[in-house]
Amino acid sequence: MGTGTVSKTPKIKRRQFLAGAMAAGPVAALAATTKSAGAVEAARPSVPAVPQTAGDVHAPSALPRLTTNGKVGGDFMVDCMRSLDVDYVASCPGSTFRGLQESIINYAMNKKPEFITCTHEEISVAMAHGYAKIAGKPMASLVHGVVGTQHAAMAIYNAYCDQTPVVVLAGNVGQGTMRRPGVEWAHSAHDQATIVRDYVKWDDQATNLQDFAEGLVRAYDLATTAPMAPVFVVADADQQEEEIAGHNLTIPKLRKRSQPVGDSVALAEAAKMLVAAENPVILAGRVQRTDAGPKLLAQLAETLQAPVVDDRARMNMYNRHPLNHSERGNAAIRAADVILALEPYDLYGMLYEVDDLIGRPSRPKIRPGAKVIVLGTTDTQIKPNITLYARYTSADLGITGDAEATMPLLIQAIEKEVTPNRRTAMATRGQKLKEQSAGFMKAIHQQAALGWNANPVSTARTCAEVWNQLRNVEYTMSSEANFLSMWPYRLWEMDKPYNSMGRSVGGGVGYTCSASLGAALANKEHGRITVSLNGDGDLMMSPGVLWTAAHHQLPILYVVHNNRAYHQETMHLQRIAQRNQRGSERAYTGTTLNEPNIDFATLAKSMGVFSQGPIDNPADLGPAITRALDVVKKGQPALIDVVSQPR
Amino acid sequence: MSRSVWIFGAGVFAGVLGLSAALAQDTPSGNAANGKKLFETIGCFQCHGYVGQGGAAGPKLLDPVPFPAFIVQLRTPRQVMPPYTERVLSDQQVADIYAHVKTFPLPPDPSTISILK
Repeated sequence: MGTGTVSKTPKIKRRQFLAGAMAAGPVAALAATTKSAGAVEAARPSVPAVPQTAGDVHAPSALPRLTTNGKVGGDFMVDCMRSLDVDYVASCPGSTFRGLQESIINYAMNKKPEFITCTHEEISVAMAHGYAKIAGKPMASLVHGVVGTQHAAMAIYNAYCDQTPVVVLAGNVGQGTMRRPGVEWAHSAHDQATIVRDYVKWDDQATNLQDFAEGLVRAYDLATTAPMAPVFVVADADQQEEEIAGHNLTIPKLRKRSQPVGDSVALAEAAKMLVAAENPVILAGRVQRTDAGPKLLAQLAETLQAPVVDDRARMNMYNRHPLNHSERGNAAIRAADVILALEPYDLYGMLYEVDDLIGRPSRPKIRPGAKVIVLGTTDTQIKPNITLYARYTSADLGITGDAEATMPLLIQAIEKEVTPNRRTAMATRGQKLKEQSAGFMKAIHQQAALGWNANPVSTARTCAEVWNQLRNVEYTMSSEANFLSMWPYRLWEMDKPYNSMGRSVGGGVGYTCSASLGAALANKEHGRITVSLNGDGDLMMSPGVLWTAAHHQLPILYVVHNNRAYHQETMHLQRIAQRNQRGSERAYTGTTLNEPNIDFATLAKSMGVFSQGPIDNPADLGPAITRALDVVKKGQPALIDVVSQPR
Repeated sequence: MSRSVWIFGAGVFAGVLGLSAALAQDTPSGNAANGKKLFETIGCFQCHGYVGQGGAAGPKLLDPVPFPAFIVQLRTPRQVMPPYTERVLSDQQVADIYAHVKTFPLPPDPSTISILK
């Protein structure tokens, strides 16, 4: 890695022409002794805005330098992004990064990175969030100074909670003397990252282009090292626009980095406990990090012949695998004598039941004496303010290491520990678990049939109808499913690492529709279809995603779970109103999205997206899905508005 | 005894008392039309669905438990269902809701649904 030397050659800076103009004019002496910008402005020579006569064909001598020659800082910033294999930059345009944007479109010719136009910074960051989860690498999001960062904040937070790498670049005019009067002062900051510092892994505000290069590469390196997280790098406006001829700038090569793994002594101890257990259970939190994740987890489960209870924060486990016992998750946990929790983000919530009643009574799910092993990196992510760490939960063994990277070593340690007797016992246990799981689908179908012909359409019916037409398609289900009674995970077959994108974890509403768009961007080159079973409240946070989907021709199907409410909040108000014995008839005040009902199909159509609906008759759903998927298969977005049961 | 355990214990005790009282009641006749209106205004549908199909937020209500157990669950619910006390819902209104719940259609046999095969 070379750091190079920054040349001492004077640079033509962004608005240095003012000084040049003064030096060339008749009042140079006055300007040189004046400290007040206002006084300098007042003393500027008067140069007519247009030629005054037909013979006035000479450029005024007082004009500042008007053009640059050769590369500028923005071009170098593009080079930095290219060195990191950044394919896309999602952004809502803003003047504090005009130099970099110009370099992307003219120096890079809008290829690697390609500028993806968004209508809100929250969308551009959430897109990058979803993209990283499917592409397995970060893209960038470029946000306007201060106000853009503020818009982006919630999406950055979601990515942080979800341990997902996103490179956020923010414009800023760092030097006060280089800011235009007025709004540019409102869009700049001494320390812009302070707005989001609580939930980024690292931030940098470089003072020169060499620092920028090293800062960006370091940021990328940190973002992609477990626990992964977003990073925030300020791209100074003057650095973007300055000429770099004569500078000796270098871009450090990104380190090829391994992920942190658990130590061998602790893994041997864990293996002993797991092999000796009669009923070990594996809890999967944010396990999957790469395409290898689901296969490794299946291998671990098979080695132990232990059930997996998947929290569905990632595409952790093939959902039809006979050792995936998420269908009977709590029962499996209650029966366990040893629990291996992989990358849990709320271990207490996994091991205890907490009722939403007065006093929040709680009780353990685990039986007395059950041993708990935790393997993960979440504890290394803790920051002082955000309480993402949840309640401190006792465990018998805590192993710090990335679960996916550590699983091969744990499997080896278990294999070493297994005796012939234990292997026989494990095989017997595995057989019972397989027999148990053989009955899951029958029960699921019986439950799905309930309300089958209901109007509004049941969530099970919607998910079954979509799956019926998705069976032979390469797809990603990009939405969270907890508001859909988890039907996609129950009815759809998910046997590919990209079949599900998991949860946002942060729970910031507006994530689903925007992150889904990022997934669609990543899936496009693979010919996969992205399906977002999207809440109406979520889509109303960022409806501009529809325009971006149409503009960039992203093959995505939005199926709007339109229950015409912020339904979770309606239930919360109902709970409190009933607790206070005041009746829940008014729990809809402020929690519903009706009167008027939102016509999502018309909304989509207005932004160039093929749409169907509103559909409230379940019999109409299948044909609508066929028509919409025909459009998506041709590489365009489509939307179906399904008037739905609440959950 | 922790505060939460005490509250839980008190809730169970109250539930048993309620059960004893309610078991003594006959099932009153209810107005299903009014029950439907109540079901959809006081929020039963939010967890149980408009046709009682249930879901992640609440169990199915098809083929409901006998009325005495039904009213006990409403008044002193197990787990996390909000309580519907007599101050907000009369016994007659509960009976109306019960009458409506009894009208929910039974689901089709899943083996007859082609896309579930």
